[in-house]
Amino acid sequence: MIELDRAGRSFKVKRSLKLEGNLVHAVRDLSFTVAPGEFVGYLGPNGAGKSTTIKMLCGILTPTSGRVRVAGLDPSRKRTTLARRIGVVFGQRTTLWWDLPLRDSFELIRHLYKVDRNVFKTRLDELTETLDLGGFIRTPVRQLSLGQRMRGDLAAALLHAPDVLVLDEPTIGLDVVSKSSIRAFLRRLNTEQGTTVLLTTHDLGDIERLCRRVMLIDHGRLAFDGTLDELMATAPEQSTIEDVVTRLYTGSR
Amino acid sequence: MCHAGARFIALRITDRKADNSRLPSADPRAGPGTAGHRAITLRRCKTIPLYALLVRYGFRKHATYVWATVAGAFTNSVFGILRAYILIALWQARPGLAGYDVTQAVTFCFITQACIGPMQLFGTGLTIPERIRSGDIALDLVRPASLQLWSLAEDLGRAAYLFFARGIPPMLLGAALFGIAHPAEPGQWLAFLAGFLAGVIVSFAWRYLVALSVCWLIDDRGVGAFSLVLTTLFSGMLLPLSLFPGILGDLARALPWAAMVQAPTDLYLGKAPVLETLAFQGCWAAVLLAAGALGTRAIRHKVVIQGG
Repeated sequence: MIELDRAGRSFKVKRSLKLEGNLVHAVRDLSFTVAPGEFVGYLGPNGAGKSTTIKMLCGILTPTSGRVRVAGLDPSRKRTTLARRIGVVFGQRTTLWWDLPLRDSFELIRHLYKVDRNVFKTRLDELTETLDLGGFIRTPVRQLSLGQRMRGDLAAALLHAPDVLVLDEPTIGLDVVSKSSIRAFLRRLNTEQGTTVLLTTHDLGDIERLCRRVMLIDHGRLAFDGTLDELMATAPEQSTIEDVVTRLYTGSR
Repeated sequence: MCHAGARFIALRITDRKADNSRLPSADPRAGPGTAGHRAITLRRCKTIPLYALLVRYGFRKHATYVWATVAGAFTNSVFGILRAYILIALWQARPGLAGYDVTQAVTFCFITQACIGPMQLFGTGLTIPERIRSGDIALDLVRPASLQLWSLAEDLGRAAYLFFARGIPPMLLGAALFGIAHPAEPGQWLAFLAGFLAGVIVSFAWRYLVALSVCWLIDDRGVGAFSLVLTTLFSGMLLPLSLFPGILGDLARALPWAAMVQAPTDLYLGKAPVLETLAFQGCWAAVLLAAGALGTRAIRHKVVIQGG
């Protein structure tokens, strides 16, 4: 479903008035494959290249080297076609219309992805039930709590029934109850509907409770790729996932 | 809508390919017996409701802030009155200046005041610079829709709301206090409204370019201030452009800003040939929108999207 082959993305960072800038590699030689139906956690310290990877997956950044494929498509060339098959949630941002009721943002998405009216209705009813949106679907987004808004954003990303869902810190800033309801929803989505999920997070609870497979990126390269148990086995002397990951983050520096 | 046209062609090509490679029924989205061509026309039509909905949402989004609008309408009206007195004094000293009589000069003043809100003469009115700075633009770029058309549709909704909320009040107040001229026949009203719409589109196209410059300059305040000076001076907002002497006047009347305030006002006053004026505005709209489309393509490919 997702395929990266030695993908790299570098940025020119200009220093003062000098014409030639320094080349910064946000991601370099990154290769991994995610099979359909997988639930993969994507970890890495701040600045490791996680968001750059995600932007390459949705086609808003073109890789400067290597190859990226999502659902068999080259994201940067087939962005529009791909958009209909991928759902993206950025936890710190929102696609919803701030001043309008939540329902109106969904209506716009129906037109944007050209979802058939009846299919849309069924899908929205389902999402309203599973994400418990009923109580605030007619409330303007600016009046929603963060947890409610996040559930709204998740629904917005799933209304067109994408095959792949890419999540960038979907539980950031949420309380334990909101977190657990979002986790439960994601687990159901993955097991019942078979949606492939790539989850980026700093909340290791998300990883422990949801991901069968974990990938860890540092300095733009893949530092670990394996199951959760294999991740824990990298540092047998550590007992918690926090300690294991801390060791990996600091050890690879 | 050139974008819809482009999509139409693209779809036509892909659908033809699909026809050659597989049976139509193999496509899960095609209904039984759906000819490729009919499917295209249907999909093409479905793009229009999206942008129509965006116009409506743009209108509603701005209609949320009633008191901000009331304050805006009040300010536009009060400054209209101040400017009217200045112009009256000027036209009493120099009657027939710029080919206007006193009533026409006062009318000019209130029409230009009505343009401020819908055409956002003093500011960008677009959220793009802020979204580029915060990185939210990433979300806009993920959407399977043109960023430029999306923003245009939303901006037209905003302009429509502000036309009623901040355009009509100063004109009514001007009419009540000073007595302003009004078009004699429906055709002239129509020409004015068409020119006003064209003015809004040109203003959008210009502001969109200014907004995109943030991608390269990181900060839009410098360009914004520059744009403010150019717009107030060359749109006719400050003084009618026919007052500008010689080459400066010719230049001012040929620049895109003249398509914003001066052109619709002249259409209202019946001072300009209708078709020629609309064509002038149409040309600038096309040129600036095309530049915006190129700019959008450039940011898609080149620019670092910040944050996140």
